[in-house]
Amino acid sequence: METDRLIRTLAADNAYRARPVGFVLALALLAAAPFSVAMFFAELGIRPDAMTAMRNPFFDLKFLVTLALAISAMAVSLHLSRPEASAYGWAWLLLIPAGLLVAGLVSELMIPQQLPVMTRLIGSNSRICMTAVPLMSLPLLAAALIGLRHGAPSRPALTGAVAGLLSAGLAATLYASHCTDDSPVFVATWYTIATALVTAIGALVGSRVLRF
Amino acid sequence: MREREDEWTGLMLRAISGDGAAYHRLLKAVTPVLRAAARRGLARAGQPVDQSEDIVQDILLAVHLKRHTWDPEAPFAPWLFAIARNKLIDSLRRRGRRVFVNIEDFADTIPSEPAAEIAPASEVAAQLQSLPARQREVLQSIAVDSASIKDTAAKFAMSEGAVRVALHRGLAKLTAKLREQ
Repeated sequence: METDRLIRTLAADNAYRARPVGFVLALALLAAAPFSVAMFFAELGIRPDAMTAMRNPFFDLKFLVTLALAISAMAVSLHLSRPEASAYGWAWLLLIPAGLLVAGLVSELMIPQQLPVMTRLIGSNSRICMTAVPLMSLPLLAAALIGLRHGAPSRPALTGAVAGLLSAGLAATLYASHCTDDSPVFVATWYTIATALVTAIGALVGSRVLRF
Repeated sequence: MREREDEWTGLMLRAISGDGAAYHRLLKAVTPVLRAAARRGLARAGQPVDQSEDIVQDILLAVHLKRHTWDPEAPFAPWLFAIARNKLIDSLRRRGRRVFVNIEDFADTIPSEPAAEIAPASEVAAQLQSLPARQREVLQSIAVDSASIKDTAAKFAMSEGAVRVALHRGLAKLTAKLREQ
């Protein structure tokens, strides 16, 4: 086909308006959330002492960290969905959840603790944390990748990795309400390993499905 | 150059506010620049430069289908060159070479390549044949027979809305098939 003819055809389609990437991403995540929530309530559920736990600032900190991770990763992934985006333009946003976690670790150091650090580190739920967070993030990761496919990322693997952070942040938010290990040492270790796993899956799948 | 790029941004702004003629002019204006960059990329990869037209069409389709990722507050040229660079790298990879394309390849292009040396594009036409019948008929009517949306609707006894939907879906499917090949 001659290029002039193709151009005329594209111009004939000028009236078509695609939805913004952010809208499609939000819609996909909303559609996938019930699956992760169903997995959560079927297998885990909210810990019974949640109301008392809320008075423990380290319990609340878990949600601050995981939600900050999800929200900042969402902003970074939307930035990366534009083809001309700089790789690290908005990446500093991801320092917010990391900073919150470090602040938690430091304040825990300053407060006298009843349990030795190794006990707090190993906790009682590390294996569940390592499996539940990645599993619950899978539907959300698939949704994030579908949403971002609507964009035009020049760095598919990096964008996929950030989609992994986003979905792990949301899944960890759910998990945090089940887990009785509130120590920042536990969170910094096991939540981070689980998140890294999901991020790696996101990068691997993203490098294939996010090319446009 | 600066002037040219400002003109592109202006045309794109008019295009997304519904001016089809401005969109047509914009695509016509960027095509020689894309063609020159594609030829340069092919030459660097040691491939015949007369194959540039398939790459140009690949880029134009991506520009069309991803234009909602352009930020109207930002200049158009960097966005266009980022899309073009992606598709150029992809095409060259598909042709079996790993190459690196500089963004400068697009920026300092002199759009004055002789048209005679260019082989006709074949990939879009080939993939067109594999589309569902309705989408193929609509695309052919508009692209090959130069019919308007209105005339196409009358010819196939469809509503204009249905023609528009078939046209857009056809273009999207065509692009997906080109990517898979």
